[in-house]
Amino acid sequence: MSTSLRLASLSRHFGGLQVLQDVNLEIPQSGIFGLIGPNGAGKTTVFNLITGLLPPTSGRIEFNGQNLAGRKPHDITRLGIARTFQNIRIFKDMSLLENVMVGLHAQLKYGSLGLLTSSGLFRSEERRARERARELLSWVKLDNKATAKADNLSYGEQRKLELARALATNPKLLLLDEPVAGMNSSEKDELMIEIRNISERGYTIFMIEHDMRFVMGLCGDIAVLNFGRIIARGSPDTIRNDPQVIEAYLGREDDEVSRDATEDAA
Amino acid sequence: MDWFNNFWSVYSNLVLTLGTNALLALSIYLTLSCGMLAIANAAFMGIGAYASALLTMNYGLPFPLAMAAGMAAPALMAFVIGKPTLRLSGVYLAMATLAFGEVVRIALLNAESITGGALGLNGIPQSTQWWHVALALVLTLALLWRLRRSKVGRAFESIKEDETAAGLMGIDVGAHKMLAFVLGAAIAGLAGTLNAHLTFFIGPSEYGFDRAVDILTMAILGGIGNLTGPVIGAVILTLLPEMLRSFKDFRLVVNGFILVLIVLFLPKGIWDPGHFRQWFGRGGRRA
Repeated sequence: MSTSLRLASLSRHFGGLQVLQDVNLEIPQSGIFGLIGPNGAGKTTVFNLITGLLPPTSGRIEFNGQNLAGRKPHDITRLGIARTFQNIRIFKDMSLLENVMVGLHAQLKYGSLGLLTSSGLFRSEERRARERARELLSWVKLDNKATAKADNLSYGEQRKLELARALATNPKLLLLDEPVAGMNSSEKDELMIEIRNISERGYTIFMIEHDMRFVMGLCGDIAVLNFGRIIARGSPDTIRNDPQVIEAYLGREDDEVSRDATEDAA
Repeated sequence: MDWFNNFWSVYSNLVLTLGTNALLALSIYLTLSCGMLAIANAAFMGIGAYASALLTMNYGLPFPLAMAAGMAAPALMAFVIGKPTLRLSGVYLAMATLAFGEVVRIALLNAESITGGALGLNGIPQSTQWWHVALALVLTLALLWRLRRSKVGRAFESIKEDETAAGLMGIDVGAHKMLAFVLGAAIAGLAGTLNAHLTFFIGPSEYGFDRAVDILTMAILGGIGNLTGPVIGAVILTLLPEMLRSFKDFRLVVNGFILVLIVLFLPKGIWDPGHFRQWFGRGGRRA
């Protein structure tokens, strides 16, 4: 299977703190790929490096053969990578439609000054953008609220809006940072269906998630990050039975520190 | 028409000042709508005023050309100082732009051989006609209205709400901030040019801290949620001192006091359609 995104010996330090150490990861061209790991393992940092919000300390990030290191976030988005955030970051004072139309920004074909002169092009492009935005909202079943203010949406709806907005940038690879964080179980089930639908439309998905049921239910291929290193990679079954993964999540049986801690607590 | 002639001979200056002040309020609206608290607009106004006045006085340049120069000079200046300062955000940007304003004022004060120093420039040709101001205001409003409803306006708003998220939507945040800053400077320069060719005399003290705060007050007072707000704010803040002439010495105190009251009770300004719906829409919905 060909590779869409390749992280090659990627490292990131914050001062003396080594958040990511020599991470090597290849994300296939299609399907849903999952990255799991305990709190503080460095998962969100991986996304921040890929999307250009942080520069790597060393290593390479290749997307379809192009090196992403040193590029600005908007350039990376235009190459075809979109993301959502763990703590939702929609534009709350804008309508749903406007939120999604912001995502369509780079696809509108009139220039910043051309919008003053070429009136016909301006209007047809804006109309096209509005139609496309409505279509994307219908994918996540929010088209009936298109003109409402984003602030008025429920938590689960805001997540879906963020998803539609990310899809508007026309990505080849969609990064989802803990998509079900803070959701109740019926919202989770709904989102699982939405994400599967999006995957079936041909988008490659790379998600970080804590919720094991959710990850195991969606991803055929999972990597585990612990203390900034990849410790396992494989199918859900392989991951579930990997001794290192079990140790990372549950601790070792002869773990002195944790036993002391339990005794202290008792 | 007698009453009109009388009125115009007394108040023409005030009416035209309304127009130039509205332009100034719109110039700072532009940067505020992009989430930047940049208060260099008084300085940009001064650069436009001096550049155009020097050209018409010393070189007899036709007024339209002087107007173009009065917009180009501050726009160029904005581009140069925008490169390093627009990386700053919040109060740090406000401080940097305020400092730039002082630099401009002191430079005008000390470059005596060119600007006349503290005595300013005297005998500027009074070329500004009422329709110049009206046309400038209408064109500026049309431009900003179009901008608001385009991808550029949406980009400004998204940057104002969340810069990081805007960047990840494929929006070049730096370029859009620069566009808002430079365009705002050009509009302020246009207001400066019109104002200078209206008043016969200009001096460096007109473009200092007081003016910078005045401009900001007009926009905030009116509301920056749409284009009507800054214009209304400019009208109120221009007329208020005229109505309260007896308080002349306390003009700035009154300005400051009004700003405090507005921020306390109408945080989104006087012209806030959301409020109108709340106040006047309730009866309608019940019926």
